[in-house]
Amino acid sequence: MDKDKKNLLNRFARVAPAATTKSNTITYAILIAGFLAVQIMLSTGNISSLWKGLLVPLCIYAILAVSLNLTVGILGELSLGHAGFMCVGAFAGAFFSLYFEKTIPYAWLRFPLALIVGGLVSALFGAFIGVTVLRLRGDYLAIVTLAFGEIVKNIVNILYIGRDSSGLHFSTESKIALNLKEGGEVLVNGAQGISGTPKDSNFYIAIFLVLVTVIVSLNLIQSRTGRAIMAIRDNRIAAESIGINITRYKLIAFVISSFFAGVAGVLYAHNLSTLTATPKNFGYNMSIIILVFVVLGGIGSIRGSIIAAVILTALPEALRQLNDYRMLIYAVVLILMMLLTSDPRIAAFRAKYSPKRLWAARKTGKENL
Amino acid sequence: MPVLEVKNISISFGGLKAVDHFGIKIEKGQLYGLIGPNGAGKTTVFNLLTGVYKPNEGRIYLNGVDITGKSSININKSGVARTFQNIRLFRDLSVLDNVKVGLHNQFKYSTVSAILRLPAYFRTEKAMNARALELLKVFDLDKEASYLASNLPYGKQRKLEIARALATNPKLLLLDEPAAGMNPNETAELMNTIRFVRDNFDMTILLIEHDMRLVSGICEELTVLNFGQVLAQGKTSEVLNNPAVITAYLGE
Amino acid sequence: MGLLDFLTYVVTGISLGSIYAIIALGYTMVYGIAKMLNFAHGDIIMVGGYASFIATSNLGLPSYASIPISMAVCTLLGVMIERFAYRPLRKAAPLAVLITAIGVSYLLQNVALLIFGASPKSYTSMVTLPTQSLADGKLTITGTTIVTIAVSVVIMIGLTIFIKKTKSGRAMLAVSEDKGAAQLMGVNVNRTIALTFAIGSALAAIAGILLCSAFPTLTPYTGAMPGIKAFVAAVFGGIGSIPGAMIGGILLGVIENLSKAYISSQMSDAIVFSVLILVLLFKPTGIMGKKITEKV
Repeated sequence: MDKDKKNLLNRFARVAPAATTKSNTITYAILIAGFLAVQIMLSTGNISSLWKGLLVPLCIYAILAVSLNLTVGILGELSLGHAGFMCVGAFAGAFFSLYFEKTIPYAWLRFPLALIVGGLVSALFGAFIGVTVLRLRGDYLAIVTLAFGEIVKNIVNILYIGRDSSGLHFSTESKIALNLKEGGEVLVNGAQGISGTPKDSNFYIAIFLVLVTVIVSLNLIQSRTGRAIMAIRDNRIAAESIGINITRYKLIAFVISSFFAGVAGVLYAHNLSTLTATPKNFGYNMSIIILVFVVLGGIGSIRGSIIAAVILTALPEALRQLNDYRMLIYAVVLILMMLLTSDPRIAAFRAKYSPKRLWAARKTGKENL
Repeated sequence: MPVLEVKNISISFGGLKAVDHFGIKIEKGQLYGLIGPNGAGKTTVFNLLTGVYKPNEGRIYLNGVDITGKSSININKSGVARTFQNIRLFRDLSVLDNVKVGLHNQFKYSTVSAILRLPAYFRTEKAMNARALELLKVFDLDKEASYLASNLPYGKQRKLEIARALATNPKLLLLDEPAAGMNPNETAELMNTIRFVRDNFDMTILLIEHDMRLVSGICEELTVLNFGQVLAQGKTSEVLNNPAVITAYLGE
Repeated sequence: MGLLDFLTYVVTGISLGSIYAIIALGYTMVYGIAKMLNFAHGDIIMVGGYASFIATSNLGLPSYASIPISMAVCTLLGVMIERFAYRPLRKAAPLAVLITAIGVSYLLQNVALLIFGASPKSYTSMVTLPTQSLADGKLTITGTTIVTIAVSVVIMIGLTIFIKKTKSGRAMLAVSEDKGAAQLMGVNVNRTIALTFAIGSALAAIAGILLCSAFPTLTPYTGAMPGIKAFVAAVFGGIGSIPGAMIGGILLGVIENLSKAYISSQMSDAIVFSVLILVLLFKPTGIMGKKITEKV
């Protein structure tokens, strides 16, 4: 191959993803465009109440997908308990809002605080799990996070917290066991969860939080810290040989990931009047759905996560007939996506016959591919 | 004071003594070769020197400081960098980023600065970029800075790995078969590059090699390893003419 | 609550643990030899349960005939999954195989859901051995318990002999130590790994039958939780170690049963998983664990 052809072909060699300013601009542009589009539809009344009700959930799923991608795509470890962190954040945030409902009557102050509290509590659990598991070599994170998700759900369902004039009371048996005095109220009611959470979530806060999640994620990835995390993902032994503290950086990625899962949880909790932990909203199913978003959007691609989350949440509404088959389709999608993207033979095939490369080859004349 | 002084290190794996009372002394600025038949334990010695394995006995001193038993991370921070026999690049990062990861401990700013994009981030990244490109230029890789590391041809991947190791600002550079898979032209280029690095980066280099052209071309002193033990040590010309050494190789 | 009650719980725990042990054997073998966590393993148990259920209720076959049918179905399924979903990714990043395994697990659950529906099927136990009464009726051991423990002991002895004495078994050991070297020695790695999945899946079928005989409701999700707990058992005993899987399984069953009896049945799951956390914190290689060294 002579030098000119080589150069032209190399121009289409894959440039490192997620690391260019141009790519960032596109991501932010898409977010802003999406916001404007929704805003227009809202002000012209061109939006059905069904879709209006979906706006906050769409943002919640976007935040969940982006944050899971930090663990799966950037750190390169499988976490199956993202819903568990969402649950922790949801209950922590809802509890906070309910507890301070009278002392901080201003939603504009209380809700951001609730968001931070939910995120921090979730991050704390993330730190605990991270310290336990991430220093080990092996695929333990998947099972531990899976177990975590189940345990959290179990515990929350038998948790009773009440408040009266003498303070907080806890029980794991029943609300009667709380022994509340006259005028006391039950804040967390076991399997019936938390009711009466102020409905503080709205589309504007939600999309703002999506923006924050994206900014933090992109800024993290395109920095010294992000590079270290990805180096660990790509080759741990080499990263060690360059003096990178493996556990520390794994922890940073995982904790930030759980923080945002917690924030998404708080958003979720303040979008309903009653918050309960069921297998449907905080169970294994949910963790898998978020994983599908990440896989379909492209492992490691923040922009892809958002798009996949939005499309895959909106689509079932549009394709109601397929609802029964939704989980089945997701399972097939997971398997196919993995085979198509990770099978080395298929990857080589795609690289050889990628449209860009074929076009470049045609331009330079006869070329043996 | 020698840059590297190793006294009688040994390691066994389940009954097999892979390295047996290995000792070596390397002075500052030397280009030193570690040679021997396949399976002699050369890479195992590297792994011992870089903390991947801990020796069962013996001591390792870097510039007089005892680094025996330290972790890979700490040994690197003390000033030892290495390349690997089967190249260990960060395949999904760009060429530039691979070197920038190497600069991780040389140019620091906090994660908070990164997320909030404080001035420290921009200042340090700019300096890192400059330094990384400088290093890439030495290896003639600066034009491929934005390429994915896995897209580089084999010879360039090897050079990138050396560039990355250099980025960690080591006092001792360990190269594990840097010329493996290279044709004579590439090897000659590599020889020049290694000499350049030694001369301009104030470096001491220990390399494992099978390519005798390179070994006799640039190494000043050699140690020959056979079955985990030191067979011969000394000036290159003497060692290569040592009958025991010749037998060890030819007898393969 | 007396000594005899305690013993009953322990014995039932050993029985439950034996089921976990059989499942854990499959996990540990696949992990040790194919170097992957087969998340779908638990769901193969469920398939085994349904296969024997169909054989007995729909096809009207006698119990003892449904066992080999169920084993055959699961073995075939396990080998197919390995061939089409895992083998193509053998050289890919571990994360890819993990995600695919999750996909397979999910696929099995949802296909079963579509075919059989979510309502539990009532399973007729395979065990015809009657409940034994000891110590003047104060200590009762169900026939299922006895059969389960007996079967798992037989399996473990059989497996140990297989690994140590047969050519295929030793090939499996070789592949688990060093795939490349084994191949150079003439071992057919593909066939060995397929055999591993086959054996593991056959064991899963047996576990499924035993599980449904002891807890006679069968849903598409029946295999999931025991699968997870069996994995905990495998890690507890030392992942990659066959005796470890047995010990871990039985210990875990006993811990779970005692927790259910003396602490709380809702918290028993949480306690089991806390065992996992504790093991990982203090002895990640497990009870019988061997350290896996990477080639640098």
